Amino acid sequence: MPSGYLPIFVFAILAALFPVAALLLARLVRPSAPNAAKLSAYECGIEPTSQSRGRYSVRFFLVAMLFVIFDVETVFLFPWAVRYRQLGWFGIAEAGVFLAFLVVGYVWVIRKRVLDWS
Amino acid sequence: MMISPYPVATIFGVLIVALTIAAGLIWLERRLLALWQDRYGPNRVGPFGLFQVMADMIKIFFKEDWIPPFADKTIFVIAPAIIMVTVLMSFAVLPIAPGIVVSDLNVGVLFILAMSSLGVYSVALAGWSSDNKYSLLGALRAAAQMLSYEVFMGLSIMGVVLLAGSFNLVQIIDAQRGLWFVIPQFLGFVLFLIAGVAETRRLPFDLPEAESELVAGFHSEYSGMKFGMFFVGEYLGITLISSLIAILFLGGWLGPILPPIVWFLLKTFLLICFFILLRASLPRPRFDQLMTWGWKVMLPLAVANLLVTGAIVVATAQGRSF
Repeated sequence: MPSGYLPIFVFAILAALFPVAALLLARLVRPSAPNAAKLSAYECGIEPTSQSRGRYSVRFFLVAMLFVIFDVETVFLFPWAVRYRQLGWFGIAEAGVFLAFLVVGYVWVIRKRVLDWS
Repeated sequence: MMISPYPVATIFGVLIVALTIAAGLIWLERRLLALWQDRYGPNRVGPFGLFQVMADMIKIFFKEDWIPPFADKTIFVIAPAIIMVTVLMSFAVLPIAPGIVVSDLNVGVLFILAMSSLGVYSVALAGWSSDNKYSLLGALRAAAQMLSYEVFMGLSIMGVVLLAGSFNLVQIIDAQRGLWFVIPQFLGFVLFLIAGVAETRRLPFDLPEAESELVAGFHSEYSGMKFGMFFVGEYLGITLISSLIAILFLGGWLGPILPPIVWFLLKTFLLICFFILLRASLPRPRFDQLMTWGWKVMLPLAVANLLVTGAIVVATAQGRSF
């Protein structure tokens, strides 16, 4: 039975109240005088051209995919890190084999120049 | 599991202290930057300009705060709140002094990593909902940067977890009674420090908001209190990372003579000053340099650090048992 989460739950509610209270209080006291210039997209004073949601570099998607792979790797290493004392050298070897597979993929990614941004 | 005797008082105390420190940092950072750049900084409002914090708060409450008509309104409003709440949540598991902790979770380290991952949403959604070119670019950069540095942020703490044998922050501090982990885990300490700076998007890793090219990046379109929440969120982040480094690597509340809480606050304060010194002294790298650095240098180092630490710990443990 996991314990200790009740204080965290209370804490979360109180923490969430801070931004809500701040926004409500600001809403009561702040002025509101919009005009056309204020309401246009900020592009350093030049008239905005074209939609902002255009195309952007595929590298951002590649980074996201790499993140998934390597973050899953770290997630698998977490339980190993607290239990390695019982596992001893066997655990080290297992982690080594596991990481060796990842290193192969990592080297392939580097050879494919996925990580070169220039 | 140890539960603090006055849970409600602790909850309120931690919340209020965290927010007060974050607000105080607005003043501290400007004063320290001024000191290191041979200027005065804010020194008019109250003694040493201390009431500048109050003046800034009043100003930010009374600022006009419009939502651009082209923005995605709901997400635009929620995004700044996410960063405040997720960073504040991490404070719930930080042990400040013996017995002073909101919740002494057995997976404290994982909880903090989870909360810091959620912080990415705030920045990415803010930039996306703003529907502004600079904001979108800033958000993309922020997401790529925070994802990249998160991978080895987790790995760099694992060395500490290996040595302490627990995810519990109180047990990690107790395990440092003989020797602070900064000495056996110096590489982990450096890696975590760099990852921490990148996670809070502070200089030299502030490319998502690079003023000179993206004019504040993901929060270009924000104003008034919503901008203020990003601001406070950033300072809360610095406080959080500083106290985390103090707990994981510098022995938390451990220290001679002075009471534990003073030691903890002192270490945190010095680390915060170090963060500000980084901002005062380092230039900003290019984005490709940042990503290359993260993936090609920091990640292999973090993995190697973990394996070598594991091997050394197993070797010494077996040496003892014979």
